[in-house]
Amino acid sequence: MKVRDIVATLDGILMTGEELLDVDIQAACGADLMSDVMAFVKENVVLLTGLVNPQSIRTADLMDIRVVVYVRGKVPPKDMVAEATRNGMAVISTKYSMFLACGRLYEAGIRGGGTREIR
Amino acid sequence: MKLRYQVSGDDLSLAGKASSEVKRALGRLGVDPGAIKRTAVSMYEAEMNMVIHGGGGVAVAEFSPERIVITMEDSGPGIADLDLAMQEGYSTAPEWIREMGFGAGMGLPNMKRNSDELRIESEVGKGTTVTIVIIFSVPGGGQA
Ligand SMILES: Nc1ncnc2c1ncn2[C@@H]1O[C@H](COP(=O)(O)OP(=O)(O)OP(=O)(O)O)[C@@H](O)[C@H]1O
Ligand SMILES: [Mg+2]
Repeated sequence: MKVRDIVATLDGILMTGEELLDVDIQAACGADLMSDVMAFVKENVVLLTGLVNPQSIRTADLMDIRVVVYVRGKVPPKDMVAEATRNGMAVISTKYSMFLACGRLYEAGIRGGGTREIR
Repeated sequence: MKLRYQVSGDDLSLAGKASSEVKRALGRLGVDPGAIKRTAVSMYEAEMNMVIHGGGGVAVAEFSPERIVITMEDSGPGIADLDLAMQEGYSTAPEWIREMGFGAGMGLPNMKRNSDELRIESEVGKGTTVTIVIIFSVPGGGQA
């Protein structure tokens, strides 16, 4: 699924990253705790999070995640968008909750996600 | 080649910058992407621990074409029970840290999983030194 389809599916607003609109995304990770993101081992990932602070951008960048979606109508401040732009990332804001945003993307065809053993 | 960073324990918004810079340096050297990602994850987790639990400290990254050795040293409270700390889900992080996106208790396990060697020396009341070694499968193009 292309980044432009993610924007459309989430009725989202693209804050930065026009040049990534045709990049293909195959997996999604929804998390508010960054170490959970760090434990995610897929390629071509979109990160969905409610955590609006510089660490969400930095975590994604370190994990080579190039697309970040902020859920529940959250809009990242300018300096965070600027850091994302410098990193060559796309940032999207959506009005949907984490549950609805993940559900919509799953329904639209993103099926890659992490599973872990129950301990 | 050696990079050295003073990591502030007071400003959470700056935490992770040292790891970002090391990641970029490895990219310029042409190190294999898998090793870069393992380095980035391990160092970032250690850097966040140093900021959140250790009150800041010094990070040193020393690399050759074959490997990188990262040393993160703080003078914080230390870790009383290392086996416990290494367990997935164990965290002493307070609620406000959780609201900042940390405190899953996954940092040390993530470091263990992503590094070729992980050494933790810690003394209660004195501080903690974490050493991470990552071996490159495709050697980098030499000194940056
Ligand atoms: N440098 C350090 N100084 C003192 N205590 C530490 C240090 N690093 C880790 N710890 C202790 O070990 C625990 C587990 O660390 P770990 O990184 O696995 O989880 P966390 O930092 O609590 O959460 P997460 O890393 O998932 O955000 C911490 O909660 C803390 O009590
Ligand atoms: Mg941690």
